[in-house]
Amino acid sequence: METKKSSEFKKKSIFYKISEVLVTMASKPSGFIGLSILFFHILLAFSSPYLAPYDFKAIDPSLMLQAPSSEYWFGTDSLGRDVFTRTIMGGRTALTITFFGSLIALLWGGLLGIFCGLVGGKVDDVVMRIVDAFLSIPWILAMLLIVSLLGTSTEVLIPALGFFYGKGIVRVARAATHDVIAKDFIVSARARGHSNLSIIWNEIIPNVRDAILVEGAMRWSWMLLGFSSLSFLGFGVSPPTPDWGLMISNARGLMSFAYWAVIAPIVGLSSLIIGINLTADAFAKALGIDRSTKAPV
Amino acid sequence: MFFLIIKRILLGLITLIIVSLITFVGTEVLPGDACTTYLEREAYGAALEACYKRLGLDIPAHERYLSWAFSVIQGDFGYSLSGQMPINEVLGPRVKNSMVLASAAIIIGIPIALILGIITALWRDKLPDITISTVTIFAMTIPEFISATLLILIVAIWLEWLPGIVIVPTDVTITELLPNIILPVIAIAMIMTAHMARMVRSSVIQVMASDYVQMAILKGVPYWKMVFKHVLPNALLPAINVVALTIAWLLGGVVVTEVVFNYPGLGRLVIESISNRDLPTVQALAIILASIYVSINLIADLLTLMLNPRLKTLQIRK
Repeated sequence: METKKSSEFKKKSIFYKISEVLVTMASKPSGFIGLSILFFHILLAFSSPYLAPYDFKAIDPSLMLQAPSSEYWFGTDSLGRDVFTRTIMGGRTALTITFFGSLIALLWGGLLGIFCGLVGGKVDDVVMRIVDAFLSIPWILAMLLIVSLLGTSTEVLIPALGFFYGKGIVRVARAATHDVIAKDFIVSARARGHSNLSIIWNEIIPNVRDAILVEGAMRWSWMLLGFSSLSFLGFGVSPPTPDWGLMISNARGLMSFAYWAVIAPIVGLSSLIIGINLTADAFAKALGIDRSTKAPV
Repeated sequence: MFFLIIKRILLGLITLIIVSLITFVGTEVLPGDACTTYLEREAYGAALEACYKRLGLDIPAHERYLSWAFSVIQGDFGYSLSGQMPINEVLGPRVKNSMVLASAAIIIGIPIALILGIITALWRDKLPDITISTVTIFAMTIPEFISATLLILIVAIWLEWLPGIVIVPTDVTITELLPNIILPVIAIAMIMTAHMARMVRSSVIQVMASDYVQMAILKGVPYWKMVFKHVLPNALLPAINVVALTIAWLLGGVVVTEVVFNYPGLGRLVIESISNRDLPTVQALAIILASIYVSINLIADLLTLMLNPRLKTLQIRK
């Protein structure tokens, strides 16, 4: 495995390491495609308010369901709104909410998992039972319940998604900690009299970080899928906001006539999810973690 | 072995008890209860108290939980709020419809997934693998509602081959139901097959790289004999668990697919009962879906145990 001493690793700055991983990821075609799609979407999310040719919420009954033309590139929807404008802006909310949601999931799932793996015994048993119980409630039921009782504001959605997608990370972090904990360097750190906190920070986190990050990247794409499904079902973003899930659900009824209003958000959402997936896969490969046998939990 | 089975079943039961507690506490802690949502603006004074009394909400929460849990064990989920009828009567036909959908998808999906997974693994990184793997990655990453919507758009609207949405009453007979479910079954089977094919592929690849397969190759065992005698039995065993998890994971996706196709199953009931804030039905659904999840996993665990002699001895020595 690694023959370098830890001091040599520490010399490299964090930016150097990140760029190294990015280069490895982009060196394979699938990773390159994934990264480009993701980069494109992030760029679009930041710049679309300035690029949009029309107002995303401007309703004009005289322009209802117009086919794509040079004026309205992707046509108009049933309320006469420009589909192109709404499509390029449709990823902003989803990307923001799921990004912060994934961060929360990583944080609490990772920390709880490390804690359980380290402590073991009764505490570990009890926590894992509860995590298992949460895992056996279908995500959609739990999310729908929370959202319908607490509302669909961003302040509810981010922690709710973060919580529900973090429970799978607990398992991964716990398993990774279990693998590390029996290694010699932990035993010697204990023998040197290091505190538990110091062992977690200096020995365990650097060794389980990669596994947790890879899991988090994968969660991001599942969370995006979950969030869009909520929007699609009418429990996510509230109406005037442009959002792909919501756009698909609104335009679905009329798609026998105005298929463009469905196709555009479908392309937007599918490409983003595929982009994140390819990126997460390439990320896992670049860090040398095999997650091909993992089931979606 | 016997103790191990008992232990697994007990763990499953504990999980279900925790699920029931979570849903009960969850619906209890979150603002608004059955009466305030049911009475809406008239939720004050005598009307509210009468409602509390009628639904038994005036007794303390822990007693209510116990009596509710006790009747659930006896198979009685109580009354639904919106329809004012026993939840069992609401659930019955829905469970049957969803079972029909799921079993059709599983019957179609598993053989295709096995074949695709084995093909992609044996021809790893060659043309068949690259084509099939690309398609499966697309099929499993794209959200259920998108693939379902695209299926309706292409097959039902543009090609006009099949009806796009299911228009049948909830208590439809199976023979009447079957011709209507082709598109929903394809939509669900597609994602499930893609997931399973990926798992089978990686499982077969792992076994192909193992020492005993290398040994078999060196001994000069014919290729196909080696595949069927050495690789597949060992590769498909770990796949059972993963297949179970995939099926269980799809419980969530089925909800969305049922909504897209207007299918009268459990999934649409989830949406309906949550929209109506019909909390007793939501609790019942949570328990039922969690039981399905737990039992699928349990069956998979037991199957793996029974089919794998190594696990038996390993656990007994412990």
